[in-house]
Amino acid sequence: MKSPKFAVVKPSRANYNLSQLGEIPLETRLFPELSDDEKGDETAAAKSQLQAGVMLAKRYLIQEVVGLGGMGSVYRARDMHFPNVNKLVAVKEMINSAPDPLVRQTIVQNFEREANLLATLHHPSIPKIYDYFSLESRSYLVLEFIHGKDMEAVINDTNGFLPEEQVLAWAIELCDVLDYLHNHKPDPIIFRDMKPSNVMINSSGEVVLVDFGIAKAFQSGTKGTMIGTEGYSPPEQYRGEATQAADIYSLGATLHHALTRRDPRLEPPFSFAERPIRRINPLVSPELEAIVNRALEYDPASRFKSAAEMKDALTAVARKTGLLGRMRPIASPIKSEGFKPLWKFKCEDEVRGTPAVHQGTLYIGSYDNNLYALGAADGKFQWKYPTDGGIVSRPLIVEGNIIVGSEDKRLHVISARSGKVVWTYYTDGPIRSSPTIAEGHLFFGSDDHYLHAVNINTGRMAWRFESADAIRSTPFVMSEMIYFGAESGDYYAVNFRGELKWRFRSKRAVTASTVGTGQAIYFTSVDATLYALDPHNGWVIWRFRLGKPSISTPCIADDLIIVGAADGFIYAVEARNAKEVWRFRTEHQVNGSPVFYKDSIYCGSVDGNLYCLEYRTGRLRWKFGTEGAITGTPLVYDDVVYFGSTDHHVYALLA
Amino acid sequence: MEKLFRWLFGKQPQPPAEKATDIASTAPLTEEQLKAIVNSQNPQFDLQQLIAAAGQSVGKQRELNEDSLLALTTTIAGHSGNLPFGLYIVADGMGGHQFGEVASNAAVRTVAGYVFKKFLPYFFQIKADLMDESFQEIMAAAVNEAQRVIQRDAPGSGTTLTAALIVGQQVTIAHVGDSRAYFVYPDGRIETVTRDHSLVQRLQELGHITAEEAENYPHRNVLYKALGQGDILDPEIFTLAFPQTATLLICSDGLWGVVAEQDIIRAINEAPNLQRACQNLVTAANAAGGPDNISVILAQLIG
Repeated sequence: MKSPKFAVVKPSRANYNLSQLGEIPLETRLFPELSDDEKGDETAAAKSQLQAGVMLAKRYLIQEVVGLGGMGSVYRARDMHFPNVNKLVAVKEMINSAPDPLVRQTIVQNFEREANLLATLHHPSIPKIYDYFSLESRSYLVLEFIHGKDMEAVINDTNGFLPEEQVLAWAIELCDVLDYLHNHKPDPIIFRDMKPSNVMINSSGEVVLVDFGIAKAFQSGTKGTMIGTEGYSPPEQYRGEATQAADIYSLGATLHHALTRRDPRLEPPFSFAERPIRRINPLVSPELEAIVNRALEYDPASRFKSAAEMKDALTAVARKTGLLGRMRPIASPIKSEGFKPLWKFKCEDEVRGTPAVHQGTLYIGSYDNNLYALGAADGKFQWKYPTDGGIVSRPLIVEGNIIVGSEDKRLHVISARSGKVVWTYYTDGPIRSSPTIAEGHLFFGSDDHYLHAVNINTGRMAWRFESADAIRSTPFVMSEMIYFGAESGDYYAVNFRGELKWRFRSKRAVTASTVGTGQAIYFTSVDATLYALDPHNGWVIWRFRLGKPSISTPCIADDLIIVGAADGFIYAVEARNAKEVWRFRTEHQVNGSPVFYKDSIYCGSVDGNLYCLEYRTGRLRWKFGTEGAITGTPLVYDDVVYFGSTDHHVYALLA
Repeated sequence: MEKLFRWLFGKQPQPPAEKATDIASTAPLTEEQLKAIVNSQNPQFDLQQLIAAAGQSVGKQRELNEDSLLALTTTIAGHSGNLPFGLYIVADGMGGHQFGEVASNAAVRTVAGYVFKKFLPYFFQIKADLMDESFQEIMAAAVNEAQRVIQRDAPGSGTTLTAALIVGQQVTIAHVGDSRAYFVYPDGRIETVTRDHSLVQRLQELGHITAEEAENYPHRNVLYKALGQGDILDPEIFTLAFPQTATLLICSDGLWGVVAEQDIIRAINEAPNLQRACQNLVTAANAAGGPDNISVILAQLIG
């Protein structure tokens, strides 16, 4: 037998009584708008929703559903007792479908309690109650209609962080309404469920608290049965104590969520200290951070003594920083450090490929059709080898030969020493896929739709495998299997004999290459998804939605999968559960691939910067600006980062 | 060409078993004995096979069984491959509120029904394409469906849920509450796969109470996350590779809260088969007083 999450533990079933049932949560919320998910959710309530045009209690003309809770809907309705004006009201419905009559009765009593409580309250941040009634198994509250949306929707709909002064202004108003509730006579009222979705922001930008379903008059010295929302509730609320200090904690949690965009319901309870506000959002002032931290103190005695005291602290910050007076100019938190590269080398056209290093020499292709050999230490030109097409693929070095594909449809094998051709291999299309070597064979794709397997010694084809479209991804070899995607969106697993083992279909092109561990393979698609597949059979383990399409190849950093996308973000996702750990915004598409070296991630962006990020947190360590887009994958070797840019240069930086 | 394609070596050699010293205090076996056990647990079959067993008891002190469990094992093998499939669920209904048994029953049936419906066309009809929905998405949707059903049929009630979906070698776990999943190894190691969503566990993680204080903590049974409770449910869902030689154990706290880990390991490793191991575990929990309902599922992937 478990104890319900907020209930006081009862020693046995025999002890259980009505007072416990009296605390069933009313899962109703006042939503202004429905998200698509909620629209698609066929709850019992949704199936039996009142239709637009229905007249309720001969007075309220239902217009539309504005919210959905576990036990019913919230409607916008017109009050027809005012026929000449369009007076809108919110009608909160509770459908009582519990099979047990005792439970049913208690649920109704709860709903009545909310109505009675609201009727005694008068504050600009508390909605007025107009009416309350029950019809068969349904009960209704008629409330002031708030034009606006709830804070959770505001947070979600905001691109980037909310301005600090905005959150500060809301915080002051919320302290004010909490102060009103806590000083209610004869008994203080504890709201008990402060969270962004229970705070409406009206059309004037002011806050209104909604959902008093579990607010409770507080009698000192008693322990109540606790209800609240996981993530926002303080530790003592789980033990059955709800006091003013609990509301202050939940307000702190709400502000933390608003300032950092990190939803505490998705994090372990009481873990705010592990997510310092200014580390996530450096734009927040240290003063405001300190106030939120104090509200979130583990020990209730260490928090603000009252909502009024917290309000005073907030207004002091507002005065001191001048935040409420004027908008603060938003400055970039970290500037480009403007350090000099170790060396740079100019090619005659864009450098979109990825370099390779071997025995002190760097090899990289360019759109000027040449493969360059440069001194890795000083960038000195050693030789160049001309092909008849642009080179975007990564050279491969095998036994003193450099192997690279070109858009001239050929795979070129070049002597590292002399820079002269050893042999070439023709395909029927440009080669943009980089070669991989395994078991004495080169595997690479071509725009001619084939995956080619070529004997490294003879330069002759062993077999080729026909796919549905051009293959631009680099084949990934693991446990005697070859994995690659095609521009059609098909994704193939082929064995060393060129036999198809399985095929998976993504919705758009798979241009990026694959990485893998024994358990899973990871790749992105232009369908804006990062996939994790079982390498044995192609079943999908998880999918992670990216903001936009991706042609970036993921990299594995411990238990994180890191990848870029055309939405400009570099994402870090946990390999076991596809949970986003961090994301870093660049100023333009991220089409290149990140690499992991020591404890940093290196990744270029079309915004021209090469970024170095701390891999656990995604914090920017430094960035280096070039004059063109960086679309290749950097190479980090011996603490030096090598990469090319469409500004025609190859750069070497100290990692 | 053939000589170049030397991919047909056998499997990579097994990593050596844990050192005997690591387990000396718990299972004083010699290296040879250990190897014999490891080998006996890992026979080389052509056919990869999932086997499982389950056990349940109301316990000695309760009249009502608020636990529910489900175990389903399928093997499909043939020219098109060999794909073990299994679904194992334990749900422990919360008392204190009414209908804990309704909640756990709804959780087990709803989750299983949802998952089967998804996989049915792929297993029992000839469908060329692979499913594009992922294991984790299917499990998440199944748990959310269960949440909806519980909130509709028994509002205010709740249950734990620990479910393991096995397809091939991938074990996808969905977990809410304080039932647990473990991997138990023949060398005497045990690995807890899930993390309890209980107040006492969280306070321990934060260092506010010690493990000893946790033993006697007055609110041991309080969960901060349960199926049926709260407006958004965030179940833990993750995928692991089924470790070779390991036994997957899923159980309610009627087992893990009562029987010491060492005794759990011994009961599993010394039993001649999984069915007997389940019986041994249930018997051990009842012998220790049987204060709560007991549910146990054991599964192995062999070959």
